[in-house]
Amino acid sequence: MGGLLGKKIGMTRIFDEYGNVVPVTVIQAGPCYVTLVRTVERDGYEAIQLGFDEKKEKNTIKPLLGQFKKAGVPPLRKLKEFPPFKDREVKEGDVLTVDVFQPGEVVKVSGLSKGRGFAGVVKRHGFGGGPKTHGQSDRLRAPGSIGQSSFPSKVFKGLRMAGRMGNKRVTVRGLQVVKVDPEKNLIFIKGAVPGARNNYVEIYKLD
Amino acid sequence: MDILNVVTANQLRTDLPDFRPGDTIAVHVKVIEGEKERIQVFKGVCIAKKGSGINATFTVRKISNGVGVERIFPMHSPRIEKIEVIRPGKVRRAKLYYLRGRQGKAARIKERRS
Repeated sequence: MGGLLGKKIGMTRIFDEYGNVVPVTVIQAGPCYVTLVRTVERDGYEAIQLGFDEKKEKNTIKPLLGQFKKAGVPPLRKLKEFPPFKDREVKEGDVLTVDVFQPGEVVKVSGLSKGRGFAGVVKRHGFGGGPKTHGQSDRLRAPGSIGQSSFPSKVFKGLRMAGRMGNKRVTVRGLQVVKVDPEKNLIFIKGAVPGARNNYVEIYKLD
Repeated sequence: MDILNVVTANQLRTDLPDFRPGDTIAVHVKVIEGEKERIQVFKGVCIAKKGSGINATFTVRKISNGVGVERIFPMHSPRIEKIEVIRPGKVRRAKLYYLRGRQGKAARIKERRS
């Protein structure tokens, strides 16, 4: 495990060596600073806390500033704990860059998905909706029956209905790293990644 | 958006000639068959250009054995060996989708002279 924090830049396409189009998401990942190392002796579990995206000292609350000073890193906007790396030892104050990842590697990416607001069942759960014709009215995007009759006389819990959609943490597994640009701190990942542009995402190393 | 343009800039092709919708062009495409690679020519009228930057594509339409065939090429694809402009056409639209409903004489395009 272990990984990097990044910011989704957007999607584009690149051509591979055969001239095929590869759809890629560009993520600005790192430089990530190690702000804290959790150990079994002190915390009961092992983890590393990574920070990303520098901000001004005046915009940082004092408790956090103390932590940053102790680790010897600049104030950072986003902090996140990761399971420790299998293949490298890190200590507080270390800087991790995109060379954590190699092209061809398979990763998983987590992020906050785009919020869709209050969405109906067709959009939210992929229901088919009702018929358009044959004397129907107001049935086109309706959910249909939501249960039986006097027995059980209730709607079962967890029944899929309309409601708030998106704005939730989503993880996509099995994404391939196509290219890594250490100069600009960019990672090119094949396919789509959760969230809108400028969304913070976590890229996890699989091992 | 800017970063995306910068990272794809080195893949953009500048060696292709300038052509417009309405032009009759011949696209020389590299075709990979197993181990061998050969050049295939697709000749027809460019009926649309779409997108910008690395995402740009163009559509070429030709009549093959009496059947209309359209092929969409990524503008900056390395599979394109070269593009020849055979006959510049004079048209009044950017998208010539109206050609799909026409055949023979009705589907003619005037030549553009500069």
